[in-house]
Amino acid sequence: MTTTEEVARISDERREYKFGFVTDIEQDFAPPGLDESTVRFISSKKNEPAWLLEWRLKAFRKWQAMTEPEWVFLPYGYPPIDYQAISYYAAPKAGPKSLDEVDPKLLETYEKLGIPLSETKTLLGIEGAAESPADARRPVAVDAVFDSVSVKTTFQKELAEAGVIFCPISEAVRDHPELVQKYLGSVVPYSDNYFATLNSAVFSDGSFVYVPKGVKCPMELSTYFRINARNTGQFERTLIIAEEGADVSYLEGCTAPMRDENQLHAAVVELVAMKDATIKYSTIQNWYPGDENGKGGIYNFVTKRGICKGDRARISWTQVETGSAITWKYPSVILQGDDSKGEFYSVALTNLRQQADTGTKMIHIGKNTTSTVVSKGISAGQGQNTYRGLIQMNKGAKNAHNYTQCDSILIGDQCGAHTFPYVDIRNQTATAEHEASTTKIAEDQLFYCTARGISEEDAVSLLVNGFCKEVFSELPMEFAVEANKLLAVSLEGSVG
Amino acid sequence: MTMQSTVEIEAMPEQPQWARELRESARARFDKIGYPSTADERWRFTNVDAITRIEWAADGPTSDDINLDPFQIPDLDAALAVFIDGQLRADLSDLSGLGEGVVCEPLIEALSRTGVADRLGAQSATLTDGFTALNDASFGSGLYIEVQEGFAAHRPIHVLSLATSGDTPIAAHPRNLIVAGKNARVQVIEHYNAVSDEIVNLNNAVTEVFADEDAFVEHYLLERESERGYNISTLFIRQGARSVVHSHTVLLGGAIVRNNVVPTLAGEKAHCLINGLYVAHNEQHLDNQMRVRHAAPNCESRQYYKGIMNDKSRGVFTGRIIVDKAGQGTDAIQTNRNMLLSDDARVNARPQLEIYADDVKCTHGATTGRVDDEAVFYFRSRGLSEEVARAMLIYAFAAEGFDRMQLAPVRRLLAAEMIAKLPRAEGLSIEV
Repeated sequence: MTTTEEVARISDERREYKFGFVTDIEQDFAPPGLDESTVRFISSKKNEPAWLLEWRLKAFRKWQAMTEPEWVFLPYGYPPIDYQAISYYAAPKAGPKSLDEVDPKLLETYEKLGIPLSETKTLLGIEGAAESPADARRPVAVDAVFDSVSVKTTFQKELAEAGVIFCPISEAVRDHPELVQKYLGSVVPYSDNYFATLNSAVFSDGSFVYVPKGVKCPMELSTYFRINARNTGQFERTLIIAEEGADVSYLEGCTAPMRDENQLHAAVVELVAMKDATIKYSTIQNWYPGDENGKGGIYNFVTKRGICKGDRARISWTQVETGSAITWKYPSVILQGDDSKGEFYSVALTNLRQQADTGTKMIHIGKNTTSTVVSKGISAGQGQNTYRGLIQMNKGAKNAHNYTQCDSILIGDQCGAHTFPYVDIRNQTATAEHEASTTKIAEDQLFYCTARGISEEDAVSLLVNGFCKEVFSELPMEFAVEANKLLAVSLEGSVG
Repeated sequence: MTMQSTVEIEAMPEQPQWARELRESARARFDKIGYPSTADERWRFTNVDAITRIEWAADGPTSDDINLDPFQIPDLDAALAVFIDGQLRADLSDLSGLGEGVVCEPLIEALSRTGVADRLGAQSATLTDGFTALNDASFGSGLYIEVQEGFAAHRPIHVLSLATSGDTPIAAHPRNLIVAGKNARVQVIEHYNAVSDEIVNLNNAVTEVFADEDAFVEHYLLERESERGYNISTLFIRQGARSVVHSHTVLLGGAIVRNNVVPTLAGEKAHCLINGLYVAHNEQHLDNQMRVRHAAPNCESRQYYKGIMNDKSRGVFTGRIIVDKAGQGTDAIQTNRNMLLSDDARVNARPQLEIYADDVKCTHGATTGRVDDEAVFYFRSRGLSEEVARAMLIYAFAAEGFDRMQLAPVRRLLAAEMIAKLPRAEGLSIEV
């Protein structure tokens, strides 16, 4: 548990949103606006092969014919996005190679964010991690993405020894074109939805992971996304492939400066798990949430989808969503292989005037496929929190099973908690269970804590942590500690 | 279906100015929104093209020689209003014996009564829905039922709508207004049936219920249309403080059926029970949409809906609980359980919560599965045939809903009807 003192300390250190600073660094920009020349500009900046440019242009033409979807449930709405006012490419001028060559300002930025780009340090400088001897110096490989480009990927050598490819996707396009060409767009087609199609046209960078047959990735992989430049959008693309019997755990973190205008983040993540492979994907999303009047903040409109292609494959999504003005995403799993397994664990917190419409889709195609969905929504301040999910069992999904649990708590009477699950069952052997509840923090529990001398704020933090425990226990240890703190800080000021 | 064939506002009998305006504004509303399409989230799983393609007539030749016996509810002592193809037949009806303080008459004759102008359309006009607008524009047949403060109707009121016209497809827009004053009590059974399973008809019904403080209203919807017929039924309920309303719905017939239940708990400590069962086979499509709104503090709502789908049928359930900021202390439960009896059957469930108050207890649960093999095995090990074991288990699954109904004769009738619809359950006899 994070105590009030700790929270107060953390918040004092970085008043309100602690990652809200701007790095003053010389950057290359694409001029604002979006047309075919923008797409060509990005592609040429990255020296991309012709097939990729063609793919981008196909997506761009498709996108022009599409309209922004309107079904999302956002009680406060949002002003229309001017896609011509956004710059689709921003990169630090000096292209770094080794750590010594990385712009010190960038190093400083990531240092401030708690992300070590030096391989001698462990991730995030979390006290808990360093103190526990078993996990001391457990390395985590980091790919740091700054606006539109990846600035540094650590531990590439060690990973290469194990046969694991972990690099910026632009590098993968250059060095492993056959893999990228085979899998890019195979899970989220370029025409999938408005924001995914936009991403397909203008995606800048992101991470690429390839774990070969039978390899258990020797360390946690992680990407840290940072939006820095003003008036830019971030459109990263992540592609993870786990071959037969492979095993990989991947973490993703995000922050952005505090600004009065909204910035768009439209990413696409694709996961491919072959026979007996396991992919665990964890996200801690802490984009700038805007202020209490709903001014500023990131629009986090992301498409994340994985496919269990082979039998007994397993994909697990864990997300802790505390940031962004608007979060709109549904990490999904297509359960194609027989006996494959999909999981979704989520904590979504909306405070201030944040809005979230998030959940998952589990599409059962193979026999004996199972899926588990655990979603915890916390609404405080004027936050509006929506769970939306789809459980679909196709005709061939014999004996498929789903269990869904979504619980919400409300703190204060200005917020809202909403649950919109969809269940679509098309064969009689499939079973689906869905449970949901919405309550406020139990007064008897609160009373029990306060009667024992715990302050009300600490008690709320404690109870909320307990409420989220099922999800946090799915996170890798370092992230669980971070998630706990983040939650406490995000909740600050919501009591009394 | 064109508006011309169903709505002739000018041809309506003498009516007050407000009624004319209600119709005209509803007609304008319909012209604007039209029939629902599957692009509308609320109609996403129900395509009504099959209904709108038919050339509907407002009336047609009806037979005088109708035997009502098969459509009565055995052992039920009730007042009876009979509508044949949408037209009230006073000669077949008997609205006597309801006791003092009860008004029960054709709606069209009640338009000048006190309070009717304020109530008729007060709930329905707030819903943006093509079928409801069509009913608002076309209402003609149907009853006005009012139980004054402190009175109770001595008998339940059975409103039987019978489709008889085999040659002309007739669209009717039944409209009922039920008003229960303070402390009043009334039970109403809305019953849709057809003389043969070959009849193609549409009943687009709207009922508005107003339950004042401490009132009790029990409403039944028995939908037993022909399997080539269509039924769109919308029940609006507005509840005052401490009132209790029970809504029971049983969908058995119809090719495409849509059942909307839209209660608003507007007074403190009101209680609303929404109980439903949908049993589909062949290619039936039965859609249920609940929208329960808690607009006052400390109210309770209970939704229990169950579906049984066989063959190539499809069941849809959408339940939304909305708790306004004013709905502190809300206690709301919603459950939807479905049973699939074949690999071609399909169910779509959408249990939804939309909550803006913090001191609430709201839960929902939805499950889908089939008959439990272990339970079947248990029965078989005790000498029952597999067919009977399955039928009993399916029946038991559904029976829970019958137990919530206060009128035992209705319960018995439905149990028998349901058993008749179950596969291979001929040998089953169950006492209810």
